[in-house]
Amino acid sequence: MRVLKFLLQKELRQIFRDKAVFRILFIMPMVQLLILPLAADYEIKNINLSVVDHDHSEYSRKLVNKITASGYFRLKDYSASFSQGLKAIELDKTDLILEIPAQFERDLVKDSKATLLVSVNAINGVKAGLGGAYVQSIIQDYNQQVRMQWIQFPRFDPQPTIEVTSSDWYNPNMNYRVFMVPGILVMLVTMIGSSFAANNIVREKEIGTIEQINVSPIKKWQFILGKLIPFWMLALVVLSFGLLIARFVYGIVPLGHYLTIYTFASIYLLAVLGLGLLMSTYAQTQQQSMLVSFFVTMIFNLMSGLYTPIESMPMWAQWITKFNPVSYFIEVMRMVVLKGSGLTDIKYQIFALLGFALFFNGWAILNYRKRSG
Amino acid sequence: MQSVIVQNIVKNYVSKKTSVEALKDISFSVEKGEIFGIIGPDGAGKTSLFRILTTLLLADSGNASVDGFDVVKDYKQIRNRVGYMPGKFSLYQDLSVQENLEFFATIFNTSIQQNYDLIKEIYQQIEPFKTRKAGQLSGGMKQKLALSCALIHKPSVLFLDEPTTGVDAVSRKEFWEMLHRLKLQGITILVSTPYMDEASLCDRVALIQKGEILSIDTPKGIAAGFKKPLWAMRANEMFHLMNAIKADDSVESCYPFGQYHHVVFKTQKDGRTKLEEIAMKGHYSNVEIKSIEPNIEDCFMALMRG
Repeated sequence: MRVLKFLLQKELRQIFRDKAVFRILFIMPMVQLLILPLAADYEIKNINLSVVDHDHSEYSRKLVNKITASGYFRLKDYSASFSQGLKAIELDKTDLILEIPAQFERDLVKDSKATLLVSVNAINGVKAGLGGAYVQSIIQDYNQQVRMQWIQFPRFDPQPTIEVTSSDWYNPNMNYRVFMVPGILVMLVTMIGSSFAANNIVREKEIGTIEQINVSPIKKWQFILGKLIPFWMLALVVLSFGLLIARFVYGIVPLGHYLTIYTFASIYLLAVLGLGLLMSTYAQTQQQSMLVSFFVTMIFNLMSGLYTPIESMPMWAQWITKFNPVSYFIEVMRMVVLKGSGLTDIKYQIFALLGFALFFNGWAILNYRKRSG
Repeated sequence: MQSVIVQNIVKNYVSKKTSVEALKDISFSVEKGEIFGIIGPDGAGKTSLFRILTTLLLADSGNASVDGFDVVKDYKQIRNRVGYMPGKFSLYQDLSVQENLEFFATIFNTSIQQNYDLIKEIYQQIEPFKTRKAGQLSGGMKQKLALSCALIHKPSVLFLDEPTTGVDAVSRKEFWEMLHRLKLQGITILVSTPYMDEASLCDRVALIQKGEILSIDTPKGIAAGFKKPLWAMRANEMFHLMNAIKADDSVESCYPFGQYHHVVFKTQKDGRTKLEEIAMKGHYSNVEIKSIEPNIEDCFMALMRG
């Protein structure tokens, strides 16, 4: 225990002495947390619309007005023909063409039936999908209005209709930030946990100081714990800073208990730090460990459900996310912050993470060799 | 009592296709309280040998023991009682002199006070800079700090891997004086060096080349093993002179040594007349020819050829 105490003392001394790294450790996450949630927004706005109106009727004008009034679209181009409208898409001036055929109004009034063409630039899949869906729902709404105006409903509607009213639970205003900030916070804590500890051990290898440690009677577990604990504490401090920003900048007050978050984070960090230590026992240079941890954390973050919901991934990818510690923490963060889940609600995730922690740290201790063959 | 025993140690470094024999069946032993020098050029296998003896590297075959403990089985005991100073400065550059020393004292479960006597003479020289970071010390001071750290747990055997490489002449001299004082404390010292002139400062030396021990003896004994007369020659055109001497059939070897060329003949014949002949033929001026006593380097050159 005495040896461990001195190892920790030495490690903390070195961390606090390196002012540059220390600053990066705190400033980088803070800046990211202040910029990312404000910039990375899923809602698609400002879709540039091109209208090709062959009808020039009151109905077509009403339709176009309704679309532009929705706030999602900007009427950027008003062409006489479809090919002209296509030209605008090719020049990247617009994203979507709405073609209203001639006799649109006449057909609608006379035959109670009319067709419209919507062409979408699908280079950006998300934008295309959402833009198309917006237009469709607006047109449907418009259609409903027309029917209301024209058709005298009988006392009993001969056609059964289902009306849907929805209410958004846990995030009633569909506030995007409440959903994103906890996720981004997890990402940052992960980056600190996985790469800093790994680099630290590899640096001792590079400088050669590990030789001196290896000829000493220090035990393997003492050495690994001496590396693990300081960064574990550091990451928890960064997490606290992040939660403070979430609370005072974004006004996010977790429904659940802060203690639940910290309990889970402590276990989570053991797993992530273990992974970092494992990588460091294989890497020979800081460059190697940097590249590998960069690669791993990128995959982990992209497949964590932070940006795209896990449920919409293909089955095999969903299986991969089961082996991704980050996805568990993001899930738990959202559960605790938005839903107010307690420890019993997240026990499955806790056990999973305990498993990861044991696995990675055990492997790291086994693989750390004080002597080479 | 023998402090270090090495028996038939073999170490090969195998990469994909090539295999490098770093140590080929090496055996020797070191008496307690002896300064044992391992002298050899770069790549001779000195560091591999030290890493095996300090339990950092496993040998492919052979046995070795340090202080009576086997390097494979009893590595834990060995780690408690050896001091190792790697060739590369490997203390924490971002910790101060004192912090480094304290750290290495504590990981060996001791304190600076307990063994202060042992390091006093060395440490006193760097004590004025004890708050300075190790990375900002001069080369000689770094060596003194590294030696202090290697000694702080009062090891019974000290392994110094090229301690004087890259250190100025004055510091080198001081360093060897320190080693002789440590010897008086009963510490066995194994020291490797590429510098031949340091060999005469050891009690016994092993000349090692390409993983093989060429000779083990006292410095005097090794020098005495050189049987043939040795000549030193100097003239105005040294490079041409070297070629002229080498071109002669009766010459066994000729190599530059300081301001002179050292010449060995194949036969015991009178070398002076032969050398004078060569000087006359080439019209050299300022010619100086003398018979000299062989030193370790001459022996090493002879052994390497053989």
